[in-house]
Amino acid sequence: MISIENVSKSFVLHNQGTAEIPVMQGASLMVSEGECVALVGASGAGKSTLMRMIYGNYLTASGRIMIGDVDVASAAPREIIQLRRRTLGYVSQFLRVVPRVSTLDVVAEPLLATGTDADEARAQAETLLTRLNIPQRLWALSPTTFSGGEQQRVNIARGFAFPYPALLLDEPTASLDPTNRATVLAMIAEAKTRGVAIIGIFHDHAARDEICDRQFDMTKFTPGLAA
Amino acid sequence: MTPLLQVENIAKFYGSRIGCTDVSFDLYPGEVMGIVGESGSGKSTLLNCLAGHLTPDRGAVRFDTRTEGLRDTITMSESERRMLGRTDWAFVHQHAHDGLRMNVSAGGNVGERLMAVNARHYGDIRNEAIDWLGRVEITEDRIDDRPTAFSGGMQQRLQIARNLVTGPRLVFMDEPTGGLDVSVQARLLDLLRGLVREMNLSAIIVTHDLAVVRLLADRLMVMKDGHVIETGLTDQVLDDPQHAYTQLLVSSVLQV
Amino acid sequence: MSDYNFAYLDEQTKRMIRRAILKGLAIPGYQVPFASREMPMPYGWGTGGVQVSAAVLTPDDTFKVIDQGADDTTNAVSIRRFFQKTAGVAVTEATSEASVIQTRHRIPEQDLRADQILVYQVPIPEPLRFLEPSEVETRKMHALEEYGLMHVKLYEDISQHGDIATAYAYPVKVEGRYVMDPSPIPKFDNPKLEMAGIQLFGAGREQRIYAIPPYTQVVSLDFDDYPFRASKADHACDLCGAEDSYLDELIVDDAGGRMFMCSDTDYCASRRKQGHVGAQGVPYEEDAA
Repeated sequence: MISIENVSKSFVLHNQGTAEIPVMQGASLMVSEGECVALVGASGAGKSTLMRMIYGNYLTASGRIMIGDVDVASAAPREIIQLRRRTLGYVSQFLRVVPRVSTLDVVAEPLLATGTDADEARAQAETLLTRLNIPQRLWALSPTTFSGGEQQRVNIARGFAFPYPALLLDEPTASLDPTNRATVLAMIAEAKTRGVAIIGIFHDHAARDEICDRQFDMTKFTPGLAA
Repeated sequence: MTPLLQVENIAKFYGSRIGCTDVSFDLYPGEVMGIVGESGSGKSTLLNCLAGHLTPDRGAVRFDTRTEGLRDTITMSESERRMLGRTDWAFVHQHAHDGLRMNVSAGGNVGERLMAVNARHYGDIRNEAIDWLGRVEITEDRIDDRPTAFSGGMQQRLQIARNLVTGPRLVFMDEPTGGLDVSVQARLLDLLRGLVREMNLSAIIVTHDLAVVRLLADRLMVMKDGHVIETGLTDQVLDDPQHAYTQLLVSSVLQV
Repeated sequence: MSDYNFAYLDEQTKRMIRRAILKGLAIPGYQVPFASREMPMPYGWGTGGVQVSAAVLTPDDTFKVIDQGADDTTNAVSIRRFFQKTAGVAVTEATSEASVIQTRHRIPEQDLRADQILVYQVPIPEPLRFLEPSEVETRKMHALEEYGLMHVKLYEDISQHGDIATAYAYPVKVEGRYVMDPSPIPKFDNPKLEMAGIQLFGAGREQRIYAIPPYTQVVSLDFDDYPFRASKADHACDLCGAEDSYLDELIVDDAGGRMFMCSDTDYCASRRKQGHVGAQGVPYEEDAA
């Protein structure tokens, strides 16, 4: 499902003396349907960077990133937009909040964007929010004023609203108490059973060991860090 | 799939000065393209060339018309282009005064495009106007007021209603939030986001405000001195800028 | 005998005006620019109508002039005398006897025949002027048949007054193509714009001539749910009893007393001659000349 082939990336900071910072070299990884792979490595090893490259948020300098038939590294913006709509979900570390949009609408958006009927979308959003213990009285409010943990749960609800065949999860259990943590892990397990290919970053080692089938050590592909 | 708009090698010169040059891109239905740049970057010149307000010196702007497929709007007759401008295309100006008839009531402003395509039932026209005013959050009791009695944000929302009433497929926007108070901007952007999604609009938005493109645009073009120096997905260009100028632009934005 | 050329204008000018008239007749409702001359009266006093009349008059014509329907107002009398002096044509107050009729702001009640010409005096020929001040823009709108704005004006009327409030100079569409201002005639007269006679419109200050050939389709603009009505005061003429003519309202005393009378003086006089008497009228007596 996800095939990362020999990808490299460096950052060139033009306004800081044209410093060139290589962050990844020759990374390759395959993730099959129903598999959950954890990216591991020290801070700065490029875990979030790789995740963003898979999502198309960062440009890939060389190599291929295949999600199904689409090579994200060389795809046209339109194809990536389509991919993000129907194929590849991404739960980032922080919820980017748009003021004035209610929590319910935030979660329902991926469904509405793919043509789901408005009432149906809202009903599914309500189910997810209930499961993640976001009280009903908060559904009509914008997440702007929520706590970190609440925002994260809204973020996760949105990420799981649409049944993507591939998911990227960046620290999904951070800021969560044990109950909600367990809920999220159960949701990931269910996704696996449905055949979703998942790549995750977990600083929570217990969670990682519980839900991930294998680990992918980024350190090998980080110039300057390689052992 | 046919692009809705196919821009090929557009260039506009003012003597030896470059207005804009070498601009090419395809826009598909439902896509929003942001064009950013500082003053003098050529973004407004480009927008006006695309929308038919200026004639470019080179290049083609092909639009997927409802009845005849892709047609180059630059070589179209003026009559056809004006018709396009009243039906399939919309243009939201930075200053509401340029996009509204200030001596006509709000209802008349919204109804004008309908009457221009032969709507002849007063009651129906008025009901549609009320409906559209509601969608841009202007209450029904203001329908007979002139835009001179509206606040800046309301005038801008009226402009949007006036433009969208005929269900255009492509909307050009020139600094739609320029000059508005911050809270008013937020409300307007939300409205635009909702309408773009609901009506599956394509849009080309010129702005110098990166927050606006982050919110509204799927794709982004960065212009400087008449050239497109970087283009790609909005989040990619803003999070992983490649060109020196883009990096400068992004790093200059203050975080609140 | 006067020293003037026939009908005051020189032959070259008349030729130029006739060309404009022919073009106007060929394109009904289209405003043809023409080189309006300095006339011996100021702008706003009918110079357009006078120039058109001067161009169409022949020595055999019989000429009638009315001003708001009346033959005996100062302006009607002046213009009639002007052409008596410079063209030597016969003049009349009887509509049926005239071959050329110059009018300000009314169409005669009596149907005109195919051998008659009606010349209108026009102040502002452009029907879109009040909503679109730019001449460049209005010319484009006519050229491209973009008349949505005209209905905006009617919409505004209904939203402000509950009905289309335009009472005169009511816009019309000619032969399904050009929108035209019929000059400030009351909307009651609009249906008469479809007639057997030739209609010529002259605007001297604005330098435009337009025309409606005989039996041309002229439709007053309206909305499906607010249709055009040719309305008039709900009265009969107090002098001759006519119920189908446009009426002038006259205040007759300090107590608010008023009477209504036919605006078309010839029509009223003809009816009285036939023996009709209205509520406040007296039987007709032959006047000494």
